[in-house]
Amino acid sequence: MSKPVIATTSLAGCFGCHMSILDIDERILQLIELVEFNKSPIDDIKTFTKPVDIGIIEGGCCNSENVEVLRSFRKNCKILISLGECAIMGGLPALRNGIPIEECLHEAYIGGPTVQLNKEHILPNDDELPMLLDRVYPCHEIVKIDYFLPGCAPRADLIWDALVALITGDPLKLPYEVVKFD
Amino acid sequence: MSNLIKFKIDGRDCMSEKGNFIVDAARENGIYIPTLCNMPGVKPKGSCRICTVRINGRLMTSCTTPVADGMEIESNVAEIQDLRKSIVELMFVSGNHFCPSCEKSGSCELQALGYLFQMMVPRFPYDFPVRKVDASSPKIIKDQNRCIQCKRCIKTIKDDQGRSLFAFRNRGHRLEVVLDKELGHLMTDELANLAMKNCPVGSIIKKEIGFNTAIGSRKFDHQAIGSEITL
Amino acid sequence: MEKSVKQIIEKYGTAQTRLMDILIDTQELLGFIGKESVNEIALALKMSQVDVEQTITFYHFLSTEPRGKYTIYLNNSAVAIMYGQKAIKETFEKEVGIKFGQVSEDGLIGLFDTACIGMNDQEPAAIINNRVFTKLTPYRAREIVRYMREGKDMDELIHESFGDGKNHLPSLRSMVSSNIRRKGMILSDKYIYGSVTKNILPGILPEAVIAEIKHSNIRGRGGAGFPTGLKWEFCRRAKGEKHYVICNADEGEPGTFKDRVILTEKPELVFEGMAIAGYAIGGDEGILYLRYEYRYMKEYLEDVLMIMRKNNLLGENIAGIDGFNFDIRIQYGAGAYVCGEESALLESLEGKRGEPRDKPPFPVEKGYLNQPTIINNVETFATAVRIVENGGEWFTQFGTEDSTGTKILSISGDCMFPGVYEVNWGFNVEDMLDMVGAYNVQAVQVGGPSGTLIGPDEFHRTLGYSDLSTGGSMIIFSKQRNLLADVVLNFMEFFIDESCGSCSTCRNMPEVMKNKLVKIISGKGVKSDLTDLKSWGKVLLASRCGLGQTAGNPIISSLKNFHHLYDELIQKDKEFDQGFDLESSVQRACKYVNRVPKFHHHE
Repeated sequence: MSKPVIATTSLAGCFGCHMSILDIDERILQLIELVEFNKSPIDDIKTFTKPVDIGIIEGGCCNSENVEVLRSFRKNCKILISLGECAIMGGLPALRNGIPIEECLHEAYIGGPTVQLNKEHILPNDDELPMLLDRVYPCHEIVKIDYFLPGCAPRADLIWDALVALITGDPLKLPYEVVKFD
Repeated sequence: MSNLIKFKIDGRDCMSEKGNFIVDAARENGIYIPTLCNMPGVKPKGSCRICTVRINGRLMTSCTTPVADGMEIESNVAEIQDLRKSIVELMFVSGNHFCPSCEKSGSCELQALGYLFQMMVPRFPYDFPVRKVDASSPKIIKDQNRCIQCKRCIKTIKDDQGRSLFAFRNRGHRLEVVLDKELGHLMTDELANLAMKNCPVGSIIKKEIGFNTAIGSRKFDHQAIGSEITL
Repeated sequence: MEKSVKQIIEKYGTAQTRLMDILIDTQELLGFIGKESVNEIALALKMSQVDVEQTITFYHFLSTEPRGKYTIYLNNSAVAIMYGQKAIKETFEKEVGIKFGQVSEDGLIGLFDTACIGMNDQEPAAIINNRVFTKLTPYRAREIVRYMREGKDMDELIHESFGDGKNHLPSLRSMVSSNIRRKGMILSDKYIYGSVTKNILPGILPEAVIAEIKHSNIRGRGGAGFPTGLKWEFCRRAKGEKHYVICNADEGEPGTFKDRVILTEKPELVFEGMAIAGYAIGGDEGILYLRYEYRYMKEYLEDVLMIMRKNNLLGENIAGIDGFNFDIRIQYGAGAYVCGEESALLESLEGKRGEPRDKPPFPVEKGYLNQPTIINNVETFATAVRIVENGGEWFTQFGTEDSTGTKILSISGDCMFPGVYEVNWGFNVEDMLDMVGAYNVQAVQVGGPSGTLIGPDEFHRTLGYSDLSTGGSMIIFSKQRNLLADVVLNFMEFFIDESCGSCSTCRNMPEVMKNKLVKIISGKGVKSDLTDLKSWGKVLLASRCGLGQTAGNPIISSLKNFHHLYDELIQKDKEFDQGFDLESSVQRACKYVNRVPKFHHHE
């Protein structure tokens, strides 16, 4: 039997959730025995090369590229997991959700106290750049997500336990210490 | 002593003094019923609805309903627990609860209830309402993003003349808890500390001191809310 | 200005329980309750300013900002919109040059939406400076604005003739019509006012009055249907320094207007019923809690009370009965549907926000000012007079076994003859529709938005406490109406606006449900949305009061009885759709940075 295939990505996140994946310490050797990684920053595979069993999403969606990546994950993965607060509820990037996007852009590129060099008030609008969304969206508001693992970052034990449960089909134990929102 | 009455919670025989509210009577018997707006010693209002139990098929808040002799109370049953979980989730989506950036995280009762019910994601869509932060008082910050309108500060934070420092504003979906401008300026450090302490979430934050409890030693880091009650 | 607020405070005293009266008078005097007024009131009543403001901001007709010399409150209920409210609204906005919710720059005219004002049989209607304007048309809206600009006074704004019944009386001078279309024992002209008080009470003990009421099996006419006799008995037995009789005239359930008609045509009957109740429970003070929408009746009702006092039907030793003292004062709400809930009404009477109380204790034990109190509907008091006159046994011949007597219905919507109909309980919906001339009926909303929406296959059902319970509101919708978009959504918005906000459930859940309904109506719905709505709606049952518990009923009831309307709207080819649309969500940012959105539709 071939090993289950995993893919991961970080959308509007800080890579902290990916750090937490690495934080399973020596169990990473076991993980490599259990699964095969496909598209992921961990192995630097850039595109899907085969059907994936489990897709792990870090970060919410703040721009059009996030949406496209998320949709491609949905298309290529049997199961999707929202990993961490940003994927689940937008997280810190979503602090901007109460502020009109125009004001955000103005603050970042024109009027903000740290903006000194942009004397010509250039707003980035190259076609190659992703387009900003009006607000930051939790992933499950864009595609169907199957499982949610909260935390900022999610505890390594939670990630490990959840992956093992998914792969082996055993029920997931959730001790008090592992489900946290910070 | 002769006022003792018998009642049952989830089939378990319990005893308490007549007139006690169910939530307190349950606590005496080592049974935890989750609460949020309730505070020991303060007249209950039954506004968060978390402590809802079922008695004779009717939903009642256990913080406002006195126990009666022979009463049979359903509390830790699947349907009621899911109702409580729904209410917690509803509170999460109806405000802006960014736990990772909140000073109260780890000691927040709403968050602790999220942990208790193992809320992995709210079933309801996030509302992301536009809310204000009032930092005009020299002593505290009143952050409407995190307020759950539980009324605890309204009921307990008063000046020496008995006037409320906090009050509701508007109604329904636009309901807010606001700080009196004038009294907020005259607030003592003691009152400010008490206000922050009585706020179950991070909506009232004392100024000029922050994050002074290390992660790992906060109230709910290792111990679930209510675990000290449960026998 | 300071002096005037001072005078108002002097009039009512500095007890916090009279805050509502002080606020209403201040609002009427100055057009708003600004910072200075708040400060003055707070100082006098020894409250913090936010504490005063929390009451102001609870009520729709009180305001901390000026609302204009002329303030137009246009009803936005579903029936008003069916009768052309949108055109009136647009006309007002165009003529005044502002949007609803704003006041013109010169401070002359303010435009505000308001929930059902009890004129569903003569919509579109508006309240302007406490006068009711019915059957508005765009022409009249234009004219009214022009007259305001010309500085005309309120009387000069009115071209219409007075309404029927007593509406022409000098103390009313109102264009409102009573539209009584069917009379029964309450609306009958046969009863001579005061005859029960004068001829029967002197020979009957209070306990016997209660016994007759109990024997009649009458249940509360406000909608909840609690047995009136029991309520009176509990209250009589409850210990207290004082016992109170409160008449609930806060009919705020959209589509209800029968209390307005009873109070216009038969106020003496209501007041006599309150006095009889006072006699029965041993109380000497009655309060009519009247919704602010009916403030136009103030002078008229005060006159009626004065005449009753003159005739010894109120006052001391009434009808010569030694020690039977009873008087009535009128206290007003200020625009809050929830105050129709009896314990919220008590809070409001005590000068506070109208947040329902936790029960127990019930008002019969601890009600107004913590004293034993009965609160009954306008119609209940009026009916009680006829019961005491003719005996409980006589009363049981009307209606059905579990729903005795008559019921006054407020019927509106798509029918030839909207108005007030007094019928025996047990009347069926089919007959009702034939009675009012309703054809091609798609649905009937029984008991207002918090009640049930039924379709033709249920028109055989009968009105009564065990089948279709109703406080009296019956709204008819013909086949051309878009039930979900024009009715259900409107009702949900009503509940969102009118929630007191105290319970987390009712404060938040109706909004969540409404958003989902909007998503379905806009064509973005999927099948799981319907199951979500069904299960989420149950959370509302954990709310404290009946209004909160039923705040999801427009959706829950229509999902049950008009499921096909939802089915037609949901997407058949999709399992998942949360309503996200990439192209529209990048529009604003692209526009701001001057960029044309481009999408790579790579599959």
